[in-house]
Amino acid sequence: MYPELGQFALILALMLAVLLSVVPLAGTVTGRDHLQAFARPLSAGLFVFIALAFGILTYAFLIDDFSVAYVANNSNSLLPWYYKFSAVWGGHEGSLLLWILMLAGWTLAVAVFSRRLPAVMIAQVLAVMGMITVGFLLFIILTSNPFDRMLPNVPADGADLNPLLQDFGLIVHPPMLYMGYVGFSVAFAFAIAALMNGRLDAAWARWSRPWTTVAWAFLSLGIALGSWWAYYELGWGGWWFWDPVENASLLPWLSGTALMHSLAVTEKRGVFKSWTVLLAIVTFSLSLLGTFLVRSGVLTSVHAFASDPERGTFLLALLAITVVSSLVLYAFRAPVVHVRARYGSLSREIFLLLNNVLLVAATLLVMIGTLYPLVLDYLDMGRLSIGEPFFNTTFSPLAVATGLLLGAGIFSRWKKTDGGWLGRKLLWPLAVSLVATSAVMVVYGGFKPWAFAGCFAAVWVSVATFWDLWDKSASRKGRWHGLRRQSRSYYGMVLGHLGLAITMAGATVVSNYGIERDVRMSPGDTAMVGDYQVEFIEIGDRRGRNFTAQYGTFHVTLDGEPVSVLHPEKRQYLVQRNVMTEAGIDGGLFRDVFVAVGERISDDAWAIRLQYKPLVRWLWLGSLFMAAGGFLAIADRRYRVRDKVVAPAAASTVPPRGDTAEAMS
Amino acid sequence: MHPIRKKRLIIVLFLLAGIAVAVGLTTYALRQNINLFYDPSQIVAGEAPVDVRIRAGGMVEEGSVLRDPESLKVEFKVTDFNSSVLVEYTGILPDLFAEGQGVVAMGRMTDNGRFVADQVLAKHDENYMPPEVAEALERASGGKHKAVDGNSTGAGY
Repeated sequence: MYPELGQFALILALMLAVLLSVVPLAGTVTGRDHLQAFARPLSAGLFVFIALAFGILTYAFLIDDFSVAYVANNSNSLLPWYYKFSAVWGGHEGSLLLWILMLAGWTLAVAVFSRRLPAVMIAQVLAVMGMITVGFLLFIILTSNPFDRMLPNVPADGADLNPLLQDFGLIVHPPMLYMGYVGFSVAFAFAIAALMNGRLDAAWARWSRPWTTVAWAFLSLGIALGSWWAYYELGWGGWWFWDPVENASLLPWLSGTALMHSLAVTEKRGVFKSWTVLLAIVTFSLSLLGTFLVRSGVLTSVHAFASDPERGTFLLALLAITVVSSLVLYAFRAPVVHVRARYGSLSREIFLLLNNVLLVAATLLVMIGTLYPLVLDYLDMGRLSIGEPFFNTTFSPLAVATGLLLGAGIFSRWKKTDGGWLGRKLLWPLAVSLVATSAVMVVYGGFKPWAFAGCFAAVWVSVATFWDLWDKSASRKGRWHGLRRQSRSYYGMVLGHLGLAITMAGATVVSNYGIERDVRMSPGDTAMVGDYQVEFIEIGDRRGRNFTAQYGTFHVTLDGEPVSVLHPEKRQYLVQRNVMTEAGIDGGLFRDVFVAVGERISDDAWAIRLQYKPLVRWLWLGSLFMAAGGFLAIADRRYRVRDKVVAPAAASTVPPRGDTAEAMS
Repeated sequence: MHPIRKKRLIIVLFLLAGIAVAVGLTTYALRQNINLFYDPSQIVAGEAPVDVRIRAGGMVEEGSVLRDPESLKVEFKVTDFNSSVLVEYTGILPDLFAEGQGVVAMGRMTDNGRFVADQVLAKHDENYMPPEVAEALERASGGKHKAVDGNSTGAGY
């Protein structure tokens, strides 16, 4: 009986979402305050019912209720409880429900944390969020009901969760990613609300900024978790495949990064307004595009659970409605906005503009590479694939250019920067970076042009960041006082840029100096990978809770000193009968040694993959820095000012308190 | 020129420059990195170019997998049940590689009609059939194999 309650809760939530998208808007049009005031309680109610539905589905998983088709298809009584829990979003219907739960959560968060906003604005923002929720609730209720039953023939046991997904990475990766995807809906809603009442001002930018930053931080974490998961769980040590599904998450990240920076200019200087609004619309549309690509079955991959054309059509329609209606609104309202502030041709504004150009170019590149084969295939013009080299050759120069500009941009000032002054300012950081990069080249033994460019960009960004921090923290009362005087949003920026540098360094070094060897080994054999010697000791059988495995033992030594003992496995899962490779990894801050067992070649010989991966952890460490920076930035004092903020006209010429760093420039 | 106009001009020029760079890089990289798919019948008919990186796919023919006992070299035939192509590969085959399974291989054709693969893909799910392979089989059998794969009826078709 209770699964039907879940569906009932979803239908009630749909009713509330419809009310939420209509009533407050009607209130703003007719000027009736009491109608606008419905926005907050409706958001809360919406969240309660969606949470109820999600709770009921989780309950069905935890008690192994295989009468629910979705549970029967994605769970099994042998699964440990935590995988039963994460299996809730291990399939199409459940992950969509999680998406909607996140959306309702963000809506509620906006309702709760936006007390300072004018009532009209909050009514409009929440109404837009309500509209998005209506679309997705309709989608789940009409095409992907997670509460469908298999009655009266209830299966004795479930078909099990795909073994690839039985992993800690999967417990956390989708929720983080969805927090990011869905979080951009808030920036989108703010942009639409601003367009509706024609008030694209600094106050609007200030309100959208923290929401955008949080969503971006979650998305960074989600992407990094996915990459980390692919690295150790897909078994072969790759960390980014330029797979369309990965690209689908990278697209909103790239344009979201552009949006974050453009919002900063709009808030500080009151320029780029139309551009910022457009970016907000584009970023959320790319989130929707990502959802469409992954969920519609257009792509076949681990992520594409279902391939029901009806679902694809529905999602495409949702995407089209969102994009077209918001662009139409944009076309009618954006030209109303006038730019008042002036800025010179060498200024922080220009650097941030260039940052946006590069990021948008990168977004376009990834989009072309991802969609081109799909479009051709759809038009029946042949099947082709665009390989990794395409993305590597086009993306890397843009990434390096972004890094180089970023280093210079850190020193630049709002309005006008003197070229000669900037040149002198950059001289020393430039020299330090060149020396440091050369040292890195020597350590890793060998100069390679792209490795040099990538490392230089990374070193340059971090040197410039620290240099700037040193400059800014100069104070008569001592260094410590100067450091403490900097705002949290400034430190957020420092962390974010350092994170980018760390990720760039990791990506460059591991792709240029990593070693990968496939060898044939029998127990007793040794092989070298880099400076490490790997000895194959033995391989035997092991039984896990829901799998059997061939369990290898390898000794890793460096110059005769033991480093670690690795146990790569080949698992065969009992229910779905598929084979999974579990790599043995000795992880470290500066290098990973990676052993994976391939197929059995003869009675005593195995194909073994050995890898030496320098700085591979930096890839994910950098994204932790970036996310931490994002969270730190929104903890800034100016977002928590108690007094009622009256929307200042056009450009905010007076920077708020607690923003010394940026105000100084 | 009016300063605001000038500013706008600069912005527009920047944007155009960015777009030009992006388009240039894209077409340059695209030209080199498009991998077309050929099925075994097309390859046997000589439609596939020699020494150009392409993708080929089909079913791994039963009893065709030959392993070199001394190295990681392996040979197998890929078939669409009309024609078959000999594939040569050195390295670790994916977990789901097996005789009678659908695979897609990336590599180059040699002069003597062998396909030297540098990458062999078999997907994550045993029920999964690469859409290209499903299509190739369907073509080769004149539609008889249509029901061979329930998974490939994606919106991409």
